[in-house]
Amino acid sequence: MAVIQVRELTKTYTEGVTSARALDGVDLDVEAGEVTLLMGPSGSGKTTLVSIMGAILRASSGSVKIAGREITRLKERELPAVRLHHIGFVFQGFNLFPTLTAAENVELALKLKKTPSTVARQRARALLDEMGLRDKHRSYPADLSGGQKQRVAIARALAGEPDIILADEPTAALDRDSGRIVMQALRGLAHEKGRAVVVVTHDNRVLEYGDRIVRIEDGRIAGAVGRNGLDGHLEEIHA
Amino acid sequence: MASLAIRNLFHDKIRLAVTLTGIIFSVVLVAVQTGLFLGFTTTTSNVIDNSGADFWITSKGVQYIEAGVPFPEKKLYHARAVEGVQEAEKYIVRFGQWKRPDGADQSCEIIGFDPDTRLGGPWRVAEGSVHDLKLQDTVMIDRFYAPKLGVTHLGQSLEIRGVRARVVGFTEGIRTFTTSPLVFTSYKNAQRYSDLQTGQTMYLLVTARPGVDRERVRAALLGQLSDVDVLTTAEFSGKTTRYWMFGTGAGVTVIMAAVLGLLVGVVVVAQTIYAATIDHIREFGTLKAMGATNGYIYRVILQQAMVSAAIGYAVGIALAILVEVSSRASGANIVLPASVRAGLLATTLAMCVSAAMVSIHKATTIDPAMVFKG
Repeated sequence: MAVIQVRELTKTYTEGVTSARALDGVDLDVEAGEVTLLMGPSGSGKTTLVSIMGAILRASSGSVKIAGREITRLKERELPAVRLHHIGFVFQGFNLFPTLTAAENVELALKLKKTPSTVARQRARALLDEMGLRDKHRSYPADLSGGQKQRVAIARALAGEPDIILADEPTAALDRDSGRIVMQALRGLAHEKGRAVVVVTHDNRVLEYGDRIVRIEDGRIAGAVGRNGLDGHLEEIHA
Repeated sequence: MASLAIRNLFHDKIRLAVTLTGIIFSVVLVAVQTGLFLGFTTTTSNVIDNSGADFWITSKGVQYIEAGVPFPEKKLYHARAVEGVQEAEKYIVRFGQWKRPDGADQSCEIIGFDPDTRLGGPWRVAEGSVHDLKLQDTVMIDRFYAPKLGVTHLGQSLEIRGVRARVVGFTEGIRTFTTSPLVFTSYKNAQRYSDLQTGQTMYLLVTARPGVDRERVRAALLGQLSDVDVLTTAEFSGKTTRYWMFGTGAGVTVIMAAVLGLLVGVVVVAQTIYAATIDHIREFGTLKAMGATNGYIYRVILQQAMVSAAIGYAVGIALAILVEVSSRASGANIVLPASVRAGLLATTLAMCVSAAMVSIHKATTIDPAMVFKG
């Protein structure tokens, strides 16, 4: 069973008397152990789709199941728990807390899950080590490069051991080398740790890291290609 | 790990300084105004509160101690005859004219009492003896007012209404609410210093026997004596205080200044915490995206508000205590007992928490999807 199941999803934004349909009947499955790239022009609905899958935005209609649980019918106050236990976010702007060190940023994610301080500290350091940031535990975000910040953000996203990592334009603010390191890390999360990784991106440089590439246009899935397991080339698949 | 709230609070030192300045200003202003109010209330009724009497018998309708109306002193004997009365003494509180050595007149408040019973006599005697007030033409004043009265040493003789007044003692810490210093003397001397007619008294001070029902004694006194009010010390004290505090508007002025101080504190703290919340709004959005509940957000903001309150209070109350100590050397009597200080801490916390409410609303109603905007 797919970790994320989206069926006939629509989202309409209403501002006064005007309304705009951002998503129009989207069906999508996201599998564990895969990197799914969501690509499309600006305004195509990628971020809206990821926001709804991440239980941040409410759908206008349709169904979204996270780890088998229908979230569209949950009350507003129940959604934080879904995000806390199932979803880790990686943002284009990193969104690290500037007054906390790298380790403290990761610890914060664990504190939200009421992890004891000592355990949180150890796990935070271990995650940063995995991200190749062994000597950056006590660094503040202002002292880190873009790639390092994003890796801290990935460590933070992983801290709660979520099933799903949702990354919105994670390489947009990075140079080629940093972007490569970040995408390798995200791919490792999928292939080695079995997470479902969804990456919203415009960046063609990350194509090689995707197991599935889903194209979205005008709020609809325009097509999807998947990587052939034998030789790795891309072929048309059902989204 | 220091909490996010503490880190954010101390991150922007200028904003923190502005917040603390607002709180400190508010704490000092509220503390000083409250202390002044308490000082006023203490001073207006200190003679009554320290009299040692259970009851004050006054002419009917006397509003405050300085407004006494003379009545026949023979009522004393009726009062003494009432069942349950242990002691009853005549008492004078009347303004007089003190002649300074340089010839200038200074208004004073003459307190005439019985030095044998000490009912209504001076307290906090620092030099001399109440016993000496039994002598003719002797008075006791507070050391603070000695310069105002032109008194330079013990034993000095001056005049009140043309009658010799020899200073035989000093008290310390007895303030007057009016501009007229208190002058303690025997009842007999007070009759000569004031223009009170013979056979008249201003008040009767009464103590009840231990264990006796005081209300029964009061009822019996009222039954025996006509055209008088019989008030407990607390009642007459409250009446006097209320007159000076609210009848003259002095208390209202002080209270309004205190309320203003509180409002200033709320506004300043609300504005700075709100500005800080807006500055960190993205972080709150990120917290919500990470799965933080609204309760967690409340705690972050409230923690900032309460830490600000604690630091601002600590500095503010220290300054207020300095003002209190300094006031002892001046005519202003600022009183800040432990209960007021504790109450002010609670008020400061409440002020900062309420100021944070607008920020809490802002932070908990933001759209977490805003974190996706780059």
